[in-house]
Order: sequence, then C-alpha cells, then structure tokens
Amino acid sequence: MAQTRVTRAQHSGLFAGGLGIIVVVVLAALPFLVVEGVTNFLVNLFILLALATMWNLLAGYGGLVSVGQQAYIGLGAYTVLFLAQNGFNAFVGVPAAVLVGAVIAVPASWFLFRLSGGYFAIATWVLAVVAAIVITGIPSLGAGTGASVPGLLNYNAIDLGAYTYWAALVVAVAAVLATYLLMRSRLGLVLTAVRDNEIAARSVGSKVGRAKLIVYLVSSAGCAAVGAVIAISQLDVQAVNVFNIQWTAYMIFAVLIGGMGSIEGPLIGATIFIVLQQTLSQFNGWYLVLVGALAMVVAIWVRGGIWGFWADRSSFRIFSVGYFLHQEPPQDGGTPPGVGPSPRPDRRKWLRRLRPRPS
Amino acid sequence: MTGSGEQLLLEVDTLTVKHAQLTAVSEVSLGVPAGSVFAVIGANGAGKSTLLGAIAGLNRPSGGRIILEGQDITRLSCPKRVELGVSLVPEGRRLFPSLTVEENILTGAYRARPGRWNLSRIYEMFPWMPGRRRQSAAQLSGGEQHAVAIARALMANPRILLIDELSLGLAPIVVRGIYASLPALLESGLTVMLVEQDVAQACSVASRIQCLLEGRTTLVGGPTEFTTAEIEAAYFGMSAAAPAGAAS
Amino acid sequence: MTLLNAVIQGVFLGGLLALFAAGLSLLFGVMGVLNLAHGDIAIVAGYLAVALVPALHLPALWVFLIVVGVLMVCGYLVQRLIFQPSLESGHLTPLLVTLGMSVVIENLLLEIFTANGHSISIGTFTAGSVQVNPQISLSYLSVAILGTAVLALGAIQMGLSRTKLGRIVRAVADDRDAAQLVGVNYRHIFGLAAAVAFGTVALAGLSLTMYTSISPTSGPTYLIYGFEAVVIGGLGSLWGTLAGGVVLGIAVTVGVLISSNFGALAPHLVFLAVLAIRPQGFFPRRVTT
Repeated sequence: MAQTRVTRAQHSGLFAGGLGIIVVVVLAALPFLVVEGVTNFLVNLFILLALATMWNLLAGYGGLVSVGQQAYIGLGAYTVLFLAQNGFNAFVGVPAAVLVGAVIAVPASWFLFRLSGGYFAIATWVLAVVAAIVITGIPSLGAGTGASVPGLLNYNAIDLGAYTYWAALVVAVAAVLATYLLMRSRLGLVLTAVRDNEIAARSVGSKVGRAKLIVYLVSSAGCAAVGAVIAISQLDVQAVNVFNIQWTAYMIFAVLIGGMGSIEGPLIGATIFIVLQQTLSQFNGWYLVLVGALAMVVAIWVRGGIWGFWADRSSFRIFSVGYFLHQEPPQDGGTPPGVGPSPRPDRRKWLRRLRPRPS
Repeated sequence: MTGSGEQLLLEVDTLTVKHAQLTAVSEVSLGVPAGSVFAVIGANGAGKSTLLGAIAGLNRPSGGRIILEGQDITRLSCPKRVELGVSLVPEGRRLFPSLTVEENILTGAYRARPGRWNLSRIYEMFPWMPGRRRQSAAQLSGGEQHAVAIARALMANPRILLIDELSLGLAPIVVRGIYASLPALLESGLTVMLVEQDVAQACSVASRIQCLLEGRTTLVGGPTEFTTAEIEAAYFGMSAAAPAGAAS
Repeated sequence: MTLLNAVIQGVFLGGLLALFAAGLSLLFGVMGVLNLAHGDIAIVAGYLAVALVPALHLPALWVFLIVVGVLMVCGYLVQRLIFQPSLESGHLTPLLVTLGMSVVIENLLLEIFTANGHSISIGTFTAGSVQVNPQISLSYLSVAILGTAVLALGAIQMGLSRTKLGRIVRAVADDRDAAQLVGVNYRHIFGLAAAVAFGTVALAGLSLTMYTSISPTSGPTYLIYGFEAVVIGGLGSLWGTLAGGVVLGIAVTVGVLISSNFGALAPHLVFLAVLAIRPQGFFPRRVTT
C-alpha cells in the first residue's frame, strides 16, 4: 500500500526562515551602520513592500480586487495628524491607525461585499473619494491645503530618521508576517478553496464570508498603518496626496510585476519598482510610463509575474504556505498505481494551490 | 462503414478533444451520409456535446480531422464553418435573451449561404411564430425556444444541421412534435446530425446511430441492426454480450 | 429661483457626464471591460485638439471631427491589440491593464504638456449665453453639449435597435459563443463597439476642454462620474445613462448651493445610495436568463 505524507514546509523553507530572521535583525541595526540616505531609501521600499503585500492579500489571496485601498492610507495618515494635533506623540498614530483602519473597514465591508467584479472595484474607489472629500471639509485638519504634523520637528533629524525607519520596518515585517500566518492557517485553506470554486467551498461549510471579512480587515488595517508611516516620513499630510489613486497604482504594479498570489511576489515587485524609481528619478514621469507599460505587458503575457516564472521551475520557497504531497513507493517494492517512477514530492499539486487561476 | 454509393457529407477522423486535463473525445471517427439523419447517443458525460461542438468549431481538437464534403475544416474558425454550411443548435438553445423572437431568427441570416430558407418559409413551417415574433425570446417556453433556435440555424441555409441534446428539459409531447418536423427538413436536402440521450427517439428517426461512452465509440450502424440489449451494453458500458437467452 | 437655475444647469452638466458614460456603458455592457483609462482617453482627445487647432489652421469644428475620427480608429486598435488579449488572459486582467494604461497616458501627457491647465475656446460661441430671466441664463455651449449628448446617444440607441449590425452587437453582448454559431466574428464586433465608445468619449473630452480647462490628471474624476451615471441609469440602456448623468449633474449643482464641499460629495452619495438600494439601476435593459 502506498504511503502518503503531507508536510507544510520543505527544508529550504526552514533555512529561508532562519535567514529571514537574520535579515530583519540586520535591517534593524542599519540606522547605526549606514548614512541617512540609505535608510530613507529603505523607508520608501518598506512602505511599498507593505502596501503591495496587503493588496496581494486582498486580491491575490482573497480575490477581492480593490482600487480603493488609498482610503485607508489617507485615514491612517490623518489619524497621525489628528493625534499629534491633540497632544499625542505622532508615532502612537501607527498602532492607532491599525485600529482606525479595522474599525472603518467593518461598515465598509457590509456595503462592499454585496458587490462583485467591476462594481466592487469602482465602489471601493468611490468610498476613497468620499473619505477624501469629507476630510477635506474639516478645517482643523488642514482642509484642502494640508497640514504639517506637529511634534515631529522636536526630534533631531538623525533620531527622527531612525525612528521613522524603524516604524516603517515594523509595519513591513508585520504586514508580511500577518499574511504568512493568515495563509498558513485554516483561513488560508478556505481562501484557496474559494479561489478555485466558491460555490463548492461554501457547500462544504467553509466560512467564506468570514474569511473575506478577515482578509479585508487585515488589509485595510495594514494600509492604514502604512498611511501613518507616510505621514510621519513626509512630515505633513495633504488629502490630495494621501488619498491619491497613485498609491493603488503603485501597489498593484508592484504585485503584478513581482507575481500575484504568493508572498514572495510583492516583495520582489516592490523592490524592482523602488529601484527603478531611484535609478530613473531624474526622468520623473517617464519612469512611470515605463512601469505602467511593463505592468500592462506582465498582466497580459507573464501572468505569474517574476516569482511565478521562477516558481514554475523550482520548488524553492521562502514562505511556504502550501502543502507538499509525498508519495512513497509501497513496502513490497511494487509501483503504486498512478504514480510514475519518481518518488519526489508532487510539485504540480502544490503549485496549483498558489498560482492565480485564469478564469 | 457506409453503404455503397452513399456520399459522405461529413467525415470525422480519429478526433480527440480535451478539456484541460480531461479527454472528452478520444479518437472518434464517424461518417455522415448526405441527406441522412445521424444520431450520436450516449449517457451524460460521454463526450457527445463536445464532439458536436468540435465539428461546429467551438472546441479545438488536439488531434484528428474534420472533413466537410472533402474539405478539411479542422483549422477553420466557427464563423468560417457557418459560411461553408455547418450550423449548430447548441445545448440549452442559447437564444439571445435581449432580442425578440424575430430578431433572434434574423441573426441566423448574418452569414447565410444562398438557399431556400428565409423568414417567410420559417413562418410557414412554424405557424405559431408570426404571432409571437415581437416577444422577447426569454418569454417563450422550452419547446418554443427550441423551435426558434432551429429556425435561427436554418436561416443560414446549412448543408448539415447539428442539434445538441434535443430532448433535454422538454416534455415528451413537445419532443415528439419537434422530431415530427424533421422529415420536412430532410426533404429540403438537409443532412441532420443530432445528439440524444433518449435512445428510443433517436432510433425512431435516425438512419445511422453511433454510441459514445467516455469519449470512445462503442457501437455504430443502422438502428435496426442491433438488439436493445446490445445498445444498452454499448450505452452503459457493460462488459461482454449477455448470455444467450437473457437478451430481451 | 436659484434652485431652479441650479437644476437647469445640472441638466446641462448631465449631458456632459452622459457623454463620458456612454462609452463606458458600451464597453462594459458589450464586452465586460471596465476601462479605468476611459476618462484619460477623453483628456487625450482634448489635448489632441489643443495641439492640432493651432497647427492645422483649420476651423476648430473640423479639427474636432478629425480628433473624433482618430480616436475611433484608436478605439478599434486598442480593443483588438490590448483589450482582447486582456480578456483572453483572465477576467481580472482588463481592470489591471486599463489601470496601467491610465498611468501611462497621464504621465505621457504630463511630460508633453506639463501640469498646467489647457482649454479651447471658439470665440463668442464658447463664451456666449442667453439670459432667459434674471436668475436663469443658458450658455450656448451647455445647450450644444446637451444637444450633442442627446443626438449621440440617440443615434447609438437607434443603431442598436433598428439596424442589422446593431442586432448583432446586442447578440454578441448577450452570448458571444452563440453569436459565433451564427457566423459572427465577435472580436471584430467588439472592435466596432470600442470604436464607437472612444468616439463618444472624444466628444466628451472636447466638450470638457471648452466647458472648463483640462489637465493631465483630470481624467479619473470623470471616469468615476461616468461609471456612476451608468450604474444609476442601469446598464444596457443609453437613455438610462443620460438620465443617470442628469441625476448626478443636478446633485452637483444643487449640492454646491449648500457648500462647495457638499457639491463634490452629493453625487457620490447618490451613487452609493442607488448601489445599496437598487443596484440594477432605474432603467436596466439587460435581460438575463
């Protein structure tokens, strides 16, 4: 009788996990090691990395294609502004933004989850526009012209840079960790089932609605936290900037280029995006033209993005959220029916869990 | 496989059609003589609809050929095949719900070949239609929709009319009515190939039947050549002939 | 009386918004593509006119005709070369690709024309108006834009319901596989629908450029208004789209009487309300079986 074993990770995953911890520790030490220019650059990277991870959680894993996450970025930024204006330390705004994002996401989801497809997408954008207009109507928050965040200039420049950097690092690590833990949990299994066939998933009792709600809450809270970091790093908050659809465009492009539906994809995509931005910075608008065109090409012809391209050819994963099926030949030495001569783990089954499904 | 002197209008040669990982039609061959009624029978999932869809051009085969009057049409697109005279009445009728009855029929004339079928002939054949022609197609009953779907296919003046699952979802009396109109179609020189789950109906009107099971041919010939037991065995896939004396 | 004037001006604004919405309705209704670059394409038309009017030394209306023609050809090509591969790639893909298109277009325009506003005026026509009574004035331009909207939508609606090609377009929109079975090359039909959609949005962009000024990032606002008009009116009915545009226009002009902020907020609140209460809109045409 053939034995089958199901494991959650390969050896390469454990190795990568250890490496990951080392990387985070090194990153945390950077403000003591390098000049401010590097940490400022990394702040931008962490911001986009977190945003891309959160959008991928929502769309790549959750199947909810939103073009309105900038609503939460803006709300997070204004949370920082509001708290700082009322005597709190601006950095308290980061965890506060998480709360604000989650709280507002609940009623938003009641409305949004009744819609699907294009209607859902546009509704998310309209909600963002509404949030922006409402906030712009509040004079104490700077109305149309924006306001600077009080209290930040009390720090000296080097300290401010370091604290901002650490805040950004924490948010990025938290975003990736949250996505990883969610997808390894039962919720991840539900979401994968939904992505394959929602009706079938519901019919076996999967709590689909709850899964989508959790994903939406986490993604929104995460974007809000990023918004808080943006406010701190830019030192002022302007509605037309923080509620801008550009943020959505950036996070979507990063995910598309890196690869949707995996944790590694957004990380790669964000890195490429930011590096391009740095190297082509003097060409301003042209680099956005390039990235937009690249995103279009990738969306149509390279559907899995860069990580998807790699994932098809290797079973190395940094973040294992799937299942490996190992089928061993039977004790008596005969060939198990339906299995070829190779006893290696069946990668095909595992890969199909993660790739975005064409439909 | 065919009687001597019979011209084959449509030939299918070791056709294989896949749906993702599943092989729906596996190396099926058949020949439809001109002017005949050819029935493909088989249970659900046997591959009959896929076969018809491949002949019409909706499904891409992964192997084999389809030949219409000596011309290889395997690589041709669906619209091109309509121009050459292949017209399919799809499973579930698939009328256009936001068009009226008359508009539905008229769409069939989009790539029509020259021929005898036009709107007034259709209305002669189905006398109940002119009165309902401005109604939305979605408001008709199943049998009425089927008639309109056939009318739509006829407007293209096809050489061969493919009908998929004619009796599915219709009351027996309605089905008999539709089958009763088939001889009139044949008189106009049309060849009909139909897919049926109802074996009795198929055998009563077809001059040749072919049975499919899990994508393969299990039986082919004139309906009178076989006993009921043999057809049942081919349909359900029971192994070997029944012992002597057990056949009904 | 100011309320009456506001409502009247809202109706005229509705005409402009309906021109934006018509193309969206066609693209979304016929081929299921939500074109996030729709507003930006209108702005491209406006900028094309801005560039060509001084260059071609032709009367502005001739340039407008040329611009509409060019955009219609672009529409057919964009459908065959960009939208169609996107549709075949996956059902999410058109949304993502048009987002990319939007970014590409906006930044190209920024590089070429800078962020300053541009406008076109054709002399007394753009500026002129008629004073009906002390509170109500009707500008020639607004009347012309509403007239254009009614004519364009009427022509398209008539084309769809009375002509052979229109029948085929409706058939393809209903069921593209069944349409193939009657010999329709649905990709070509999609192309034609896209051409008409781009033509109407070109008219919208030209109107906007005369009505107010345009800048490279003006597009998305009108994309949203356009989609809202389609939803309020109901997908599948162009007259519904006009009605939806008028509802939004009135929401803007009446809302502004309360505060300029509320004027911006009101149309979106109306949209969200309709989406919550009657998502199929007020005059939905599409019958689903």
